[in-house]
Amino acid sequence: MGILEVKGVNKRFGGLQALGDVNLSVKENTVHAIIGPNGAGKSTLLNCLVGKLIPDSGSVMFDGQSVLGRKPHEINQMGISRVFQTPEIFADLSVLENVMIPCFARRDGAFRLHAYETVRREAGIREQAEAMLADVNMADKRHMTAASLSRGDKRRLEMAMCLVQTPKLLLLDEPTAGMARADTNNTIELLKEIKAKRDITMCIIEHDMHVVFSLAERITVLAQGTPLVEETPENIKGHPKVREAYLGEAQV
Amino acid sequence: MLGLERKDTLLLIVVAAITLFAPIILNPFPAGSALAQFNAGYPDLMQRFVIFGIFAIGFNILFGLTGYLSFGHAAFLGIGSYSAVWMFKLLSMNVIPAIILSIVMAGLFALVIGFVSLRRSGIYFSILTLAFAQMSYNLAYSVLTPVTNGETGLQLTLSDPRILDGASTGGLPVTSLFGAEMRDTTTLFVGPWSWDFSVGYYFSAALMLVAFYLSVRIFRSPFGMMLRAVKSNQQRMNYTGLNTRPYTLAAFVISGMYAGLAGGLLAAMDPLAGADRMQWTASGEVVLMTILGGAGTLIGPVLGAGFIKYFENIFSKINDGILHQWFAFMPDGLENVMVAVIHPFIGKGWHLTLGIMFMLVVIFLPGGLVEGAQRTGRLFRRRDRNADHVESDAARQRAAAE
Repeated sequence: MGILEVKGVNKRFGGLQALGDVNLSVKENTVHAIIGPNGAGKSTLLNCLVGKLIPDSGSVMFDGQSVLGRKPHEINQMGISRVFQTPEIFADLSVLENVMIPCFARRDGAFRLHAYETVRREAGIREQAEAMLADVNMADKRHMTAASLSRGDKRRLEMAMCLVQTPKLLLLDEPTAGMARADTNNTIELLKEIKAKRDITMCIIEHDMHVVFSLAERITVLAQGTPLVEETPENIKGHPKVREAYLGEAQV
Repeated sequence: MLGLERKDTLLLIVVAAITLFAPIILNPFPAGSALAQFNAGYPDLMQRFVIFGIFAIGFNILFGLTGYLSFGHAAFLGIGSYSAVWMFKLLSMNVIPAIILSIVMAGLFALVIGFVSLRRSGIYFSILTLAFAQMSYNLAYSVLTPVTNGETGLQLTLSDPRILDGASTGGLPVTSLFGAEMRDTTTLFVGPWSWDFSVGYYFSAALMLVAFYLSVRIFRSPFGMMLRAVKSNQQRMNYTGLNTRPYTLAAFVISGMYAGLAGGLLAAMDPLAGADRMQWTASGEVVLMTILGGAGTLIGPVLGAGFIKYFENIFSKINDGILHQWFAFMPDGLENVMVAVIHPFIGKGWHLTLGIMFMLVVIFLPGGLVEGAQRTGRLFRRRDRNADHVESDAARQRAAAE
């Protein structure tokens, strides 16, 4: 039994079958990649996992509970954090505040009217956030406005915001999309570091083969809304079905 | 002190000192002098300063922090006034129960209106709140005449039951705080100056200070940080496990209660309530106050409220006769030209002056009057020091910020 179990998920948009009978099992403490050509249904699948979309049929179980019909904030409270394709951060707030907010969310839940307390007195939350920032080498930038960070640092900050919640599952939606090679390599290093420091389950949706093969322990190949194979990276590389569906006719 | 940081405590003390000495500060010109018409230190106007200050402080909690632009906050002001007058009619002329009911009623209406309006954001939210406020206005004006007394407005009458105070003898009773009448004013004459100290003003000012203190607490609280996060990125809020809906609703209700308090105080100073108080122009006014002073800043809304009320009451009183007096030293032809040029900007034309000021502020000082003050402050500080000191100064500021 994996921590995330997707069984027979279907999703149609009008005449388009975006997902057809998707089965997926993500084991605890592994890095699982989902790859596939454009339009394979990777993002649709991800959106079904986080509550943005509701599948037409099938089940999505996380840690023994169904996530279907729950709102994104409820699913996050169950232990799933998400990193977006373009970093989603609180641009107008300071870097430290950006990391403190997820700490409050973990401690106080989805809503609390803490209007008569003072942020300054929340030493525990502050220490937690500062330790996290030190962990991703951003301690010196904690008083900067998040909007003024470089793109790489924004990605780093978003990761810190997710990790500080110690999620049971971290979903990454094309974390290196649109990045220069150097930034991509930095992100790979960051993810490897994160993986080495703590027990964490990651599910990466990715386009870039280099990223996938440097990180993933299991790979699921998705094509036209259906999983083709689920294998280890070594076995995926030479798999004939994958070559055909993913690498394109030109290379065959 | 009071759970505030040093710089916030300082701000609170400065605001308290200014409100305490406002009757003196706002009357800088001797009574009877040519400039006496610029004096704003009379009780009626000072009360307006602090009451609309409360209104704007509350509006700023919603608009300044969450970015949700409500265009219907005057509805809560009106509800506060009606509630207070009903309390005067039915229970007692004491202002305390009246104001409590104002806050509670405005809070309840804000809960309902906010619950519906906050399903949408941006312009749709603004339109929904505007629609609700106009509905309230029209209901108060016509359909709900038994409750609101329609276009005449709700007033005290001699036949009111007033359970606690008993039937009054003689004329209409006046609002009071345990016997201290709100209209009571002591005038102090010092040389050519005259200063009015009124009970009503000091009562409103005390409540304004409490309202201001609570807003500082909200700004510095985790709740306030969440509201700023709502303004910054709702998507990230949701994927961080936070439910944005109750946060925005709480901000909406709190700011509605501030508006209710302001409405109740207006009625406590002058016990009548009309539907006009709920009209969309009144809702627009508080938006102007907040933006003019500086949305999202602590003191900005109060400054904006004072500014607009000053213009409304002082500029509108200047007429051509006064202008002729000012320019009497000029040759006749020139005098008439000057008067003709300035004429559209004064008296009934005060809106034109205010409009121009507003445009200048929005274009050149997007942070409002507060930004203007900060820039001036920086200019003076820079002038005092040598160039090499500037950097160490910046470093010290950074250290202080930490």
